[in-house]
Amino acid sequence: MNVLLLSEINNGELSLDATARAVTAVKGIGEITVLCAGTTVSVAAEAAARIEGVSKVLVAEDTAFGHRLAEPTAALIVSLAQDYSHIVAPATADAKNILPRIAALLDVMVISDVSRVVDADTFERPIYAGNAIQTVRSTDAIKLASIRTSTLNAASLGGAAPIETINGFDDPSLSEWVEDKIAESDRPDLTSASVIVSGGRGVGSEADFAMIGRLADKLGAAVGASRAAVDAGFAPNDWQVGQTGKVVAPDLYIAIGISGAIQHLAGMKDSRIIVAINKDEEAPIFQIADFGLVADLFETVPELTDAL
Amino acid sequence: MKVLVPIKRVIDYNVKVRVKSDGSGVDLANVKMSMNPFDEIAVEEAVRLKEAGKANEVVVVSIGVKQAQETLRTALAMGADRAILIVTTEDPQDDIEPLAIAKLLKAVCEEEKPALVICGKQAIDNDMNATGQMLSAMLGWAQATFASKVTFDGDRATVTREVDGGLQTIKVRIPAVITVDLRLNEPRYASLPNIMKSKKKPLTEKTPSDYAIDISPRLEVVKTVEPDARKAGVIVSSVGELVAKLRQAGAIG
Ligand SMILES: Cc1cc2nc3c(=O)[nH]c(=O)nc-3n(C[C@H](O)[C@H](O)[C@H](O)COP(=O)(O)OP(=O)(O)OC[C@H]3O[C@@H](n4cnc5c(N)ncnc54)[C@H](O)[C@@H]3O)c2cc1C
Repeated sequence: MNVLLLSEINNGELSLDATARAVTAVKGIGEITVLCAGTTVSVAAEAAARIEGVSKVLVAEDTAFGHRLAEPTAALIVSLAQDYSHIVAPATADAKNILPRIAALLDVMVISDVSRVVDADTFERPIYAGNAIQTVRSTDAIKLASIRTSTLNAASLGGAAPIETINGFDDPSLSEWVEDKIAESDRPDLTSASVIVSGGRGVGSEADFAMIGRLADKLGAAVGASRAAVDAGFAPNDWQVGQTGKVVAPDLYIAIGISGAIQHLAGMKDSRIIVAINKDEEAPIFQIADFGLVADLFETVPELTDAL
Repeated sequence: MKVLVPIKRVIDYNVKVRVKSDGSGVDLANVKMSMNPFDEIAVEEAVRLKEAGKANEVVVVSIGVKQAQETLRTALAMGADRAILIVTTEDPQDDIEPLAIAKLLKAVCEEEKPALVICGKQAIDNDMNATGQMLSAMLGWAQATFASKVTFDGDRATVTREVDGGLQTIKVRIPAVITVDLRLNEPRYASLPNIMKSKKKPLTEKTPSDYAIDISPRLEVVKTVEPDARKAGVIVSSVGELVAKLRQAGAIG
């Protein structure tokens, strides 16, 4: 069995953590080849080569791959596919954009958001916003899967896999990149942070959301948000946690002014410790919280920030 | 331009999902079913394009059980012009895989020749997030997924997409498939007169064999179980107690 792992690269930089976690998920299946595709990916490829368990790194450099448009990256992977039994990627927005396109071109199904690799053919994945876990067995010749990495440990570094460059690409030129609005932040990345402080509609305004940020900074935490908080403009879309946002599993998740709708829980209920601060004692979030504080957030959050 | 919108009938997002104890699936008997929330947004976007004079016809397509007629009528009441229902099964437990759905939709597109397909980014039952991308690949069209803003200029659509780091804007050549995210628009409620009118709009029924397409699944469902339950913990009475508990649990330094 040979696994091709599409790595996540942004501006030439490898998402090392997500890639190393995905390696952990698939290392029992077979030899792992990591694909680094982008405008310039030599630095990313060197980083990927150090992940233990990786047998080879493929480098595909072309401006067409620079902004991770689905069509050229899918065409590239389809051209490599015959050498592999599995094509996988961490379940990022980019991977979910690209993998189904590859699957259709190969006439196979895609298995999205795999939460456990049972064996080379069998996978577990959450359905119905995580209300059920389904085990599926694939009958396809090539298995395509995106892997949820939030609960996995990253494979260790110290490897030295060979790096090979591949050439000759065909860009279908169906779409073009215009711009990225990517927020730069000194805070840890939401999907790999060990502590997350999240705010919901209860926080009330964008100005008051700064209070969530202050608590997060005190804890060295990432900031998350509910969909209601994002829809109301308190927080940017990339902070959303849930069924349609990010799936996280930090050591500590503090939910502030969040009611605990099932779609929100879908993104955070695997956290080790959950704290809820909400003035409504009936809020469903308390049914899954390890520690609940029934109180007004405008008093408690500054008090908690000072107490730490 | 003609716009095609695929829509799915799914369990209503407010319904508490129950997993059957024999591991055979989720209990769908006697539960409220609705249009997939993402598809409502897709229908709304298509209807707005028509109202703005950019589209001249909106065709909605659903694939599944016969009862999806109701879902299609909802879309017609929102302002779609015409509906196609491809009846694949009598059993609501039978979820047709995105690969087969995309093949059927491709066949519909070859007949209908839309300039644009707008669909939801995922269905809230199987959470696959795949149909739009697959359809786009099979048609050899451009794809713009997870759209939170769409504008048109000649044969190009400019689409802002919600991605992990923030927002990405791309331009796609039409014909294209656009999959929509939750913040693209707020779908309307159909008015009573429009609901009445929708009953007279055309709804054509088909079967997969009309298109000679094999819809057999590639994934065998081994079992469906409930996730490990999390137990409620303790209610603390003060910030001081919370901090003490978190220290005890080793969650903070
Ligand atoms: C298809 C679909 C997908 C979705 N995807 C997601 C998703 O990915 N992520 C997500 O989060 N949601 C998602 N949702 C939305 C979800 O259903 C809820 O609407 C949303 O999570 C609610 O956000 P909230 O808890 O912040 O707001 P609310 O439910 O309004 O809760 C606000 C809470 O704040 C508390 N509060 C108010 N004031 C105070 C105060 N002063 N002090 C303390 N507490 C206070 C209230 O008691 C209340 O419990 C989705 C919905 C749909 C239909």
